[in-house]
Amino acid sequence: MADMQEKIAKLFPEATFEAGDTLLVNIPDSRWHELAKTLRDDDELAFDYLVTIVGMDWADSLGCIYYLNSTKHGTHISVKVSTTDRIQPMLHSISDLWAIAVIYEREVYDFFGIVFINNPDMRRLFLSIDWKGYPLRKDYDASPEVNPVSTENERQSDFTNTWVEGPDGKIEKKEVRVFEKDDFVVNIGPQHPATHGVLRFRTAVDGEEIKKIDVYMGYIHRGIEKICEQLTYPQTLHFMDRLDYFSAHPYHHGLCMTIEQAAGIEISRRAQVIRVLMDELSRIASHCLFIGTFCMDLGATTMLFYTLRVREQILDIMEKTCGARMTFNYECIGGVMQDLHPDFVKDVKALLEVLPANIKEYNKIFTGNVITRGRMENVGVLSREDAISWSITGPSGRASGWACDIRKTDPYSIYSELDFEEVTRTEGDSMARFKVRMDEMVQSARIIEQLIDNIPEGEYCVKVPKVLKLPVGHWFRMVEGCRGAFGIYIESDGTTSPYRLKIVPPCLPAAAVVDHLTRGNKIADLITIGGSMDYIVPDIDR
Amino acid sequence: MEVTTKSMPYEAWKDNEYIEKLVNELRENGTNVVVGNLDKLINWGRSNSIWPLTFATSCCGIEFVSLGAARFDMARFGWEVARASPRQADFIMVAGTIVHRMAPVLRRLYDQLAEPKYVIACGACAVSGGPFRKSYHVVMGCDKIIPVDVYLPGCPPRPEAMIYSIMQLSRKIKVERFFGGVNRKQKQEEFLKEHPIPGVED
Amino acid sequence: MFDFSQFTTWLHQTLLGFMPEWLAVTAECVLIGFALLLGYSVLALFYILYERKICAYFQCRLGPVRVGPWGLLQSVADMFKILIKELISLKHVDQFLFALAPYLVILASMLSFAVLPWGNGMQIIDFNIGIFFLIAVSSIGVLGILLAGWSSANKFTLIGALRSGAQMVSYELSIGLSVLTMVCFAGTMEVGGIVEAQSDLWFIVKGHIPAIIAFIIYLIAGTAETNRGPFDLPEAESELTAGYHTEYSGIHFGFYYLAEYLNLFIVSGVAALLFFGGWMPLHIPGWDAFNGAMDWIPGIVWFLVKAIAISFIIIWFKWTFPRLRIDQILKLEWKYLLPINLVNLVLMALIVVYGIHL
Repeated sequence: MADMQEKIAKLFPEATFEAGDTLLVNIPDSRWHELAKTLRDDDELAFDYLVTIVGMDWADSLGCIYYLNSTKHGTHISVKVSTTDRIQPMLHSISDLWAIAVIYEREVYDFFGIVFINNPDMRRLFLSIDWKGYPLRKDYDASPEVNPVSTENERQSDFTNTWVEGPDGKIEKKEVRVFEKDDFVVNIGPQHPATHGVLRFRTAVDGEEIKKIDVYMGYIHRGIEKICEQLTYPQTLHFMDRLDYFSAHPYHHGLCMTIEQAAGIEISRRAQVIRVLMDELSRIASHCLFIGTFCMDLGATTMLFYTLRVREQILDIMEKTCGARMTFNYECIGGVMQDLHPDFVKDVKALLEVLPANIKEYNKIFTGNVITRGRMENVGVLSREDAISWSITGPSGRASGWACDIRKTDPYSIYSELDFEEVTRTEGDSMARFKVRMDEMVQSARIIEQLIDNIPEGEYCVKVPKVLKLPVGHWFRMVEGCRGAFGIYIESDGTTSPYRLKIVPPCLPAAAVVDHLTRGNKIADLITIGGSMDYIVPDIDR
Repeated sequence: MEVTTKSMPYEAWKDNEYIEKLVNELRENGTNVVVGNLDKLINWGRSNSIWPLTFATSCCGIEFVSLGAARFDMARFGWEVARASPRQADFIMVAGTIVHRMAPVLRRLYDQLAEPKYVIACGACAVSGGPFRKSYHVVMGCDKIIPVDVYLPGCPPRPEAMIYSIMQLSRKIKVERFFGGVNRKQKQEEFLKEHPIPGVED
Repeated sequence: MFDFSQFTTWLHQTLLGFMPEWLAVTAECVLIGFALLLGYSVLALFYILYERKICAYFQCRLGPVRVGPWGLLQSVADMFKILIKELISLKHVDQFLFALAPYLVILASMLSFAVLPWGNGMQIIDFNIGIFFLIAVSSIGVLGILLAGWSSANKFTLIGALRSGAQMVSYELSIGLSVLTMVCFAGTMEVGGIVEAQSDLWFIVKGHIPAIIAFIIYLIAGTAETNRGPFDLPEAESELTAGYHTEYSGIHFGFYYLAEYLNLFIVSGVAALLFFGGWMPLHIPGWDAFNGAMDWIPGIVWFLVKAIAISFIIIWFKWTFPRLRIDQILKLEWKYLLPINLVNLVLMALIVVYGIHL
């Protein structure tokens, strides 16, 4: 960390540094793009993976914190850029360096109204085009009169805005067409069986071939980040169930871990083992559902029923311990809510017994099928570089050959003691994404096998103060959700509720990359690619 | 008249008073025998063939999938013919949160459904906004935009509860009248008067 | 074996006894039309339930069990509902064509019923180009689908209709050629003649290799013709909501729904006719006692059982395989099925010429 700091200080003398869980670099906006380029391209730094852009409102200034990772060296860095202009805040875009930055900057624009100069597509992302105000600013007027519920169709524009900086430094606003004038645009979604919820693709097609896709999100944007700012820390937990409802346990795990780290709470080993067990069980359940729905999208409906059988068995186990089928709210700050049900070990062992036979059956019915292979192989090929540039983590990223499993790269909880393999493939097509998930189920089962007989005795939840206050500061933690790297950023001002809680969902990049992957493919491939990216819309929209 | 379905004792239902009120209203008006029997036949068809629209926004939608799966198997009741086109569906199960941006879409879907059409508000979010009451972007209950027939609480409701709610809907359809005043329809007209469809005068 | 034509001749004579011939013929036509409509709807209702039950068992479920005894009345209830459901009329469409399309589809499948061999002598019309007529009228259906897709003024339906057009026109070739192979073997296009020719052995056994190849190709092409999975692109739910009939509601949608199942029956019925002897009972040369016993089972039972059994295979396809992509479908037809079919036709001709069949 020290030599990184030295190197940057040498190149950018105006940069200041703050130590924390990751090194934070303060840089004025004018040098930011240059720094970003150095961070990405310098061989010793090589920060090629843009984890997230956290938009911030510090009352006196607006700005962003960029989290960057290096896939080569495994190092992390964060950069803070801010502006004091609240009327027309502007920062320089890095969308030419990282592909995913286009979407992340649109998100920040949507929530904070910060315009990114040179970003080619500055539209609102989640909120409709006529929405008044920027909701995550601290001075946002949330009264329902300002933005009433409308039943009239949302206004739609075929144009997008972009602010371009000329060679003389003058900034100019331009209107750019999203589609060409005589494109045949088919509207797929938001109510459409293939979009896995309420995502909307405006698809320009040429016959059966896709020319361009414009993704519209926000049809289930619930403003969880804003609500969290009004709640105490334990109250924020239950929203994690309702983001990616299949990764309820890992997401809880992530938020709890961040809060525990900030508050300095050590949890017992029993609680840690239980958490990992639950994470892996939900990973199996989630991948089961993925296989089912993916096959259903391709037209093989019957598979859904076979995979849901296993999922129901896992839900039974969860239900006995957690008391719910989907929204468990099981992990809490300091451990878990209740102790394991007495039947837990027996039930999990029964599950482990039937699982290999089931996986074998899925492979027999579906994977080797000629039609399946024709539909999936070489469809939507994502190269490793693109996967990193688009921040596609999780099984989809690993299918492109990028070893991005947080459980291996930054082991948390007890993962470093466990013996399991990180499944990666090199093809990067839909088939690889499908197979990685199949194999991950086996690995998860392996982890459960190692733990199920060695659940240590002890308390399942340590004592935590009734009123939990975090010290002033900020923390960023990542865990491996079922669909990829899930990050939590908490900024605390020392009160009982977070000043800013930012959720980094793995599904947002997965949906954003669809345009890139589908170009030149058939309409039917959109279904295959969308299905294999396995995004969950409430997770995208938050 | 005790309105119930196969293998479900009348006492096991909740909200019997509501159905009884509907039945009494029907009786007050009186009906002739032929029309009454025709009504019974039509209602038998309608109440036994309720096709859902494939519509889901969040967690409840997954429980709706579970409802279709082998364990809960809504096909037993003939509800498995989920239609993707709103023209062919009979009811919307508003499974999940409805947000500002989705509201016009949901309304449009409702307007596109062919009569007779029904709505089940499924889950806490669709009933009242649920855990997102403090949000700036969530519609506090889908009854703000479309008329609702059955409210189903839960976050998400269990598949069993969903079966119960659709059975309640089916029971409600049984006391409708195709010829003459349809109880539910009157409410729907009132609602549409208050929430007119933009661009349509009639 | 009971000859149904005895009954029809008797009926004709009786009618002639108290009315002029033109009236008798009209009365018979009305009677046939009525019987046809009745049989048509009963079959459709049966097929809907049949498919729902089969798919339920494939998926470890029960399927409809609550409406009527063992759920038998489920599809009846569905039809009641569809009949009285609102017919939505759209604003910016060609009203006439929009309304005409479903009738064309239903007409095509109904006309095909005219030449199906239901039983011995139990056929509405048996003329020398029966098979030819069948292929001709069954292609009217695609017109209805194209019209529906175009007249709905909806992008999904348009894509669905175009897909369907491409697919049906292509697979008509395969159907035609595999039927031609069998016609070549039978030596006649007359439906009655084809059935009679199988009185000793069914064609699938008699024509051995080329007949089996023709049967497999016919089954694939027939599945594609009926727009069923894995060839259900025109109405691919996950891509095009409901495909070409997205905008149809009420009974107009009901027609498409019924026609889909009846086309399934027609395709399997024709397969039964060409390869499994139509209404002809199972006869094995030399086993006279066995053949006699088989003759006791009425022809209509034979025909229905064969058709339903073949439908089972087609339904099985749908619930097992994922869907093909449009280019893969066309590739399968033009690159594989068509050449194989042509070679098979030559093979069959050789077999007929040299008489190397059983």
